[in-house]
Formats: sequence, structure tokens, C-alpha cells
Amino acid sequence: MRSEELEVRSENPTPVLKVDNINVYYGSIHAIKGISFEVYDGEIVTLIGANGAGKSTTLNTISGLLHPSTGGVSFLGESLAKIQPHKVVERGLAQVPEGRRVFAQMTVQENLEMGAFTQNSQANISDDLEKVYSLFPRLKERMKQTAGTLSGGEQQMLAMGRALMSRPKLLMLDEPSMGLAPILVEQIFDIIADLHKTGATILLVEQNAQMALSIASRGYVMETGKIVTTGTGKELLASEAVRKAYLGG
Amino acid sequence: MIFLNFFISGISLGSIYAIIALGYTMVYGIAKMLNFAHGDVIMVGAYVCFYAISRYGLNPLLGVVIAMAACTLLGIIVERLAYKPLRQAPSLAVLITAIGMSYFLQNTALLLWSSNPKVFPSIIGRGAFKLFDGALSVSHVTVLTIATCLVIMIVLSLFISKTKLGKAMRACSEDKGAAQLMGINVNATISLTFAIGSGLAAIAGALLCSAYPTLMPTTGSLPGIKAFTAAVFGGIGSIPGAFLGGIMLGVIEIFAKAYISSQLSDAVVFAVLIVVLLVKPSGLLGKQLQEKV
Repeated sequence: MRSEELEVRSENPTPVLKVDNINVYYGSIHAIKGISFEVYDGEIVTLIGANGAGKSTTLNTISGLLHPSTGGVSFLGESLAKIQPHKVVERGLAQVPEGRRVFAQMTVQENLEMGAFTQNSQANISDDLEKVYSLFPRLKERMKQTAGTLSGGEQQMLAMGRALMSRPKLLMLDEPSMGLAPILVEQIFDIIADLHKTGATILLVEQNAQMALSIASRGYVMETGKIVTTGTGKELLASEAVRKAYLGG
Repeated sequence: MIFLNFFISGISLGSIYAIIALGYTMVYGIAKMLNFAHGDVIMVGAYVCFYAISRYGLNPLLGVVIAMAACTLLGIIVERLAYKPLRQAPSLAVLITAIGMSYFLQNTALLLWSSNPKVFPSIIGRGAFKLFDGALSVSHVTVLTIATCLVIMIVLSLFISKTKLGKAMRACSEDKGAAQLMGINVNATISLTFAIGSGLAAIAGALLCSAYPTLMPTTGSLPGIKAFTAAVFGGIGSIPGAFLGGIMLGVIEIFAKAYISSQLSDAVVFAVLIVVLLVKPSGLLGKQLQEKV
């Protein structure tokens, strides 16, 4: 199945995110070999694949931390090629990094304030804080605690809340299930599904293919720097090849 | 009474170390580098202040402000030209560059201003407060130094803990990559840190030379090393640590000079440092990182 054959279920013909045939090198290592994909408004799109397939490299290229040697990334119809990474956030692209990377010595509230660094209206920031706290009541209970004292699940919630504070038009999540107990993984995925229901557009990178595909509108399967298969979440869950390789038979 | 006199001198000297140590510790906290040229920025600040006051007859306060502006600019330029290109380089390369920058500044000063010592005019005169019927004499410079250090400490702490930019600095010091993902301009934040540290160095230079008026191109280097020691002593990266380390170092130094031996005072200072680091390797207020995974 090739991506062109996919029916695009969106009224808006311009994708929120368009990755166009990018090649990325780490020194002499060809990490990403000409991949292309799109994310449309209101979708959850997932990139799945084994460790080292190039999923995080792809995300870091989108957010401008790495630069493609050829090909390009456009966001809301505009190229991100010459945009510095910290400016990408202003345009509405937020990334929840792998391993959460909360600011351990800052309080929960300060972490969220940092998420709103690009926001200038104090009223909006207060509104957003309320929204994040109602989405993650645990964070409200711990707002004055330093983030380093939170459990792994709470840190993941904080990292997601922090990203939401920038009012993103696209939320990119890098391995949100990593290192979490199964019950917490389900909780986190429930929250992602809830965010999606409220209209958020999400690009989800996961090793946990089962969970990711179960909530995704569409998915792309990556293997050693290439996209090998694509389809709707349901199609991929049902696909024999994907089952064998990523869903444990 | 003599004891009290020494104690006050110690706190005053320590205040100068503390102001310099703040520059070391902030730059270390955010850029993760030891800026060994920091001591020489003090010297440049003192020279600018000296020329503004002595040659151009400006108001001493205005002289200090001009010196601060010059040093802030110098700090930003040094960072941009010498350290920024090495952001991804091994820390040893950065360290050696910093030492090189220190010699560069000293030798440039030697060319510009010659090796002849200048007599620095005190920015507040040579008067003193007499207390207890003249048994205790505290110079105006001493009072000004201690007061300045306290004000700087309070303002800087508020800046770091309350303002958006201050919090962004803390975010950068913890994780630059994550800070960038928040939309924080990491390079601008590092520049800001150098600017603040260098501006403070100018104040330290003016206060130092008001208390010890001999100004030479090497004037900044020993106080620079001592302040670096103070920063490590208090826990490098920690702002209250730099304050505490600076004050303690000054007091220990003056007491060692007064009661042990003026030649051995530096040896005593460093011996105390070694003992502290043996007992608490992260320094007095150093951060013990605890992170749940």
C-alpha cells in the first residue's frame, strides 16, 4: 500500500504537517532515507517501528533540532527550512520529547509556565493553566513540588501539559509510554485519545504499536530509516506483516 | 573590637569575591563552562572606571555605570567570538580557550594602558564611620561594598526565581534541548548570562580598586581565581552558594592574615577549600541531583 493510494479524510486540503522526501545524516550514517508523510487537521497520525528505525530522528528534524540534507518539512503550508528551533514553537508546533525531560529542579507550575514561554497574554496563560490542571488533576495537587519528585507517569503528564501550554496546532509525542507501567500507559493513551476528541492534531511516535494503532487515524511503519507500510490504524492492526513484525504474532 | 574590625573587613572582601563568584557560577550553571577570563573582565571594568573618573573627571557613579556598560558589551563579544563557536566542542577545548582569552585580555590591557600601576580613586572617598568612640572604624568603601553585595544578591535572586527570563535561565541550565522545545532562545539566554556576569564584574572591579587602589593589567587575575574558588566552595552553579562561599572565603582570608600569617593566608584559604570539598564534594550548597525515573 502506498501513501498516494490512501483516501484523505479531511476537508482541508493543506496538511498541517508535510514531510517531503527528507534525508537525514548523522555524520556518515544515513539515518533517514527519503521519507514522506502528511498529518491533516484533527488527525492522530502514528509513526511506529522498532528501536533505531529513525522515528525520533524524524521528530527532531521536524522540530528543527536536526537538518535534512535534502527534502523539506512544511508546517501549515510554510517551509520550516530556515526557521530556528525555538521559533518553530511560536508557529504552533510543540514536541513532548522522548524521556519526558521535565525541568527536574523547577516546580510543576514553573514547568508549565516554561511551556507557555512563547505566549504573551497573562490571561491566556492563566486560562491554559486551568485547562491543563483540569486535564491532569494530579498536577494540580503537586503544583508546588519540584518536577524531579514526581513519578514517571506524573512526569509524562507534566511533559504533555507543558507542551499544551504553548497552544500547539500540532502536538508531537515521542514515546509517551516509555518506561511506564501498563496501567499508566493506558491512562496516558486515554488522555491522548481525549485530546484528539477535543480537536487536537497529534503526531505520535511509539514502539508500543498495539496501543498507538488502536487510537490512531492513520499510521506509518518505519524500518531502518524508511517508511515500509502505511494505512489506517485499523488496517495496520489487521495487517499480517505488521502483526508479525510489531505486535508479537 | 579588633576582632570585629577584622570580621567586617573579611565580610567586605568576601562581598567582592561573592559578586565576582556570581559571574562564574551563573555562567557555569548555564553554559556549563568555566570562564577563566572573568577575572580579567574585572580589570577592564576597573580601567574603564579609572579613566572615566580620573581622566575625564566624571562623577564616580557615572564612571561605574560606563564601566558596567563596557564590560557587559565585552562579555557578550567574548562569548560570541570565542565560546559560541565551541558550543559542541569538548569541554577541555573551551577551558583552554577561556585561559587564552584571559591572557589575551591581560596583554591587550598591557598594550593599551602599560604595566605602570595606576592609583585608583575611591568611588566614595576615603572617609570612615567611627563607632564606639573611635574604637571601631569602618570605611565608607566597606559599607558600600557590603550593601552593594546584598542588593545584588537580593535583586538577582528575585530575577532568577520570579521573572520569565530568570526562569528561562534556570530551564536552560537544566536542559538546553528541552528549553529550546519550549521556544526559549538558548543562545540569547547564554548571552544574557554573560552580560549579567560581566556587568557585575565591573561593579566588583570598581569596589575592589576602591579598597585596594593599585590598578595593573594583572589586577583581576588573583581575585578572579579566589572568586572561582569561592564559587566551588559554595557549590558551583548555585547562586546562594556563590554568595556564601565568597563571604566565607573573605572572612577566612582576613582572619588567616590577622591571626596566622599574612604570607600563609592564601594557603589557609585553599586548605579550607580542600577540606570542604573532601567532606562535601559538591560544595557547601551544591546541588545533589535526585531524580526519580
